[in-house]
Amino acid sequence: MTLTDASASSSAPAQRKLSTAKAMVEAIAQEMERDEDVFVLGEDVGAYGGIFSSTTGLLEKFGPRRVLDTPISETAFIGAAIGAAVEGMRPVVELMFVDFFGVCMDQIYNHMAKIHFESGGNVTVPMVLTAAVGGGYSDGAQHSQCLWGTFAHLPGMKVVAPSNPADAKGLMTAAIRDDNPVVYLFHKGVMGLPWMAKNRRSVGPVPEGEHLVPIGKANVVRPGSDVTVVTLSLSVHHALDVAEELAQQGVDCEVVDLRSVVPLDTETILDSVGRTGRLLVVDEDYLSFGVSGEIVARVAERDPGLLRAPAARVAVPDVPIPYARPLEYAVLPTPDRIRRAVLGLVNA
Amino acid sequence: MEPDERLGLYRTMVLIRTYEESILREYHADKKPAFDIGAGLIPGEMHLSAGQEPVAAGVCAHLTADDAVTATHRPHHFAIAHGVDLERMTAEIFGRVDGLGRGRGGHMHLFDPATHFSCSGIIAEGYPPAVGQALAFQRRGTDRVAVAVTGEGAANQGAFHEALNLAALWKLPVVFVVEDNDWGISVPRSASTCVTSNALRAGGYGIPGERVEDNSVEAVHAAAGTAITRARAGEGPSLIEVHTLRLWGHFEGDAQGYRSDLEGVPGRDPLPTYEKQLRAAGVLHDSGDITVASIAAQARDRVEAAIEFAKRSPEPDPATALDHVFARS
Ligand SMILES: Cc1ncc(C[n+]2csc(CCOP(=O)(O)OP(=O)(O)O)c2C)c(N)n1
Repeated sequence: MTLTDASASSSAPAQRKLSTAKAMVEAIAQEMERDEDVFVLGEDVGAYGGIFSSTTGLLEKFGPRRVLDTPISETAFIGAAIGAAVEGMRPVVELMFVDFFGVCMDQIYNHMAKIHFESGGNVTVPMVLTAAVGGGYSDGAQHSQCLWGTFAHLPGMKVVAPSNPADAKGLMTAAIRDDNPVVYLFHKGVMGLPWMAKNRRSVGPVPEGEHLVPIGKANVVRPGSDVTVVTLSLSVHHALDVAEELAQQGVDCEVVDLRSVVPLDTETILDSVGRTGRLLVVDEDYLSFGVSGEIVARVAERDPGLLRAPAARVAVPDVPIPYARPLEYAVLPTPDRIRRAVLGLVNA
Repeated sequence: MEPDERLGLYRTMVLIRTYEESILREYHADKKPAFDIGAGLIPGEMHLSAGQEPVAAGVCAHLTADDAVTATHRPHHFAIAHGVDLERMTAEIFGRVDGLGRGRGGHMHLFDPATHFSCSGIIAEGYPPAVGQALAFQRRGTDRVAVAVTGEGAANQGAFHEALNLAALWKLPVVFVVEDNDWGISVPRSASTCVTSNALRAGGYGIPGERVEDNSVEAVHAAAGTAITRARAGEGPSLIEVHTLRLWGHFEGDAQGYRSDLEGVPGRDPLPTYEKQLRAAGVLHDSGDITVASIAAQARDRVEAAIEFAKRSPEPDPATALDHVFARS
């Protein structure tokens, strides 16, 4: 799938635009230049440049000593990244689909995420674990999940999920510099890949040079007064599209892009719900026991009186992602489902 | 080998190739001008097995529908050789209600209880379930066998090694098949292990291992015969590695920019090679009852019927999207 990516703009550097994939690679490259200890490893990250173009060009620039193709041995290479991180290196390790983490989960949640704690804070594990998430193109139940809720549930790792090119760069830079393990989940649908239907915001302006987005700070991407839509990753774009459409009907949505699941920016969510009185959480992960429930719980715990109507959730209704398109689109958080949920809230 | 057996292997290979060429056409037909993986009648990833026909044909010739096969993300050749219903398999690939999984599974997740066939999109993870199927066969006192397939890339994953060890320990009737097509997506075999043959790894678990070079269907047939006979006789598992060939990309849309061996690839196509061999032996002819053309025509008819069946079958009703998460008891 290495078709040429025509997303780089030819416009002046000041307003230059990059795809999310290129912004992510730019951050990794800049950090590799800045710090000899940063290196990249994973399946097909070398000559292929990452199945989702997340490492394109790094091998040419930095050579095989710092960009390592690995065998299909996830337990070994993710574990190896942990070991290198423990010794003070800063690996960026990719496993191409989040769905594959099952085969190496022990290294992730019992080692990567627990070593710092178990050592009483004496050992740090400064690594970034990246993976592609999300569905919408009929790749079936084993290649379409988001699973950020799973990582968020297990303490000891930060979890970020950018929705746009600038954040992709800023969060990657912050993740590499963080002394904690950071799970960095990029949705295939926001990468601006040449072989996927283009999301119009998957190519956007990206600051040159050093650019950091702090981990743990949500972003109010659209202010509004009637309903707070809290979401992340690709669903941010669906929420924005719905918000633009509903604005014409007099419904004013505020859209909060979480950017970071762990830590979760509870203050920004509460501020927003305090102003709108209505909360909708949109999550492409499974409904139960996950991010959407957590957000509703935090609002309810702090001040249930903030809500003028019961909170609502649009998520994958606890079913594996089906292959056939009509079934897949029935369970994904589509703009249509979001619109209906918002209208349900304002008409409640 | 008897002429009939040889013709049988050839027919299977032709059917597989005809099928893969048709799926290739259908897959790309409506993804133009710019390739869009989510568009068209067959969306999602598509891993085709052209070039690897000898492995499936040679192994499955020894199996009946009572024997189990767990295949990989590249499952069509094994599904066809093992006798999975072509129409329902195709309907599944098209995401239709008459598909093997009623449109839930897709091309990497084909399940056919009638032939004990399954596959998985997660690398090497079909090996352990095959061990369990073999355990069931052994417990029930049958002479049935389970065949587990992976690629050579998958042989570096943990599940592969644990499954070999367990099957050896319990002397289970399972045959492990490794398709060495030299590539794990873009990573060549030489960059993924220092072991020259996975047959050697079998030795590490105390079971026989044999490597078949040159993608010869008859050599695969012979090696599989020994392994399957041994398994049926209660003598335990074995491993067969076949040095085969990935004729096309890892998946459709793969530009293969990383691939260093492309030039010689078409010349190593096993199908014309076997055809030539059978002609020279007087098994295949251009006239008479059974000809190259008639075998090709029969394959085309079956494949066309399967694709017609798939296209006629309706798409699943979105209202049923939550069905089949749990069995009703
Ligand atoms: C556990 C896991 N890791 C990674 C992948 C991604 N992946 C899919 S196919 C593949 C290469 C497989 O190579 P090989 O086993 O040699 O089989 P081939 O594709 O050559 O038939 C990889 C890395 C996966 N599906 N599952």
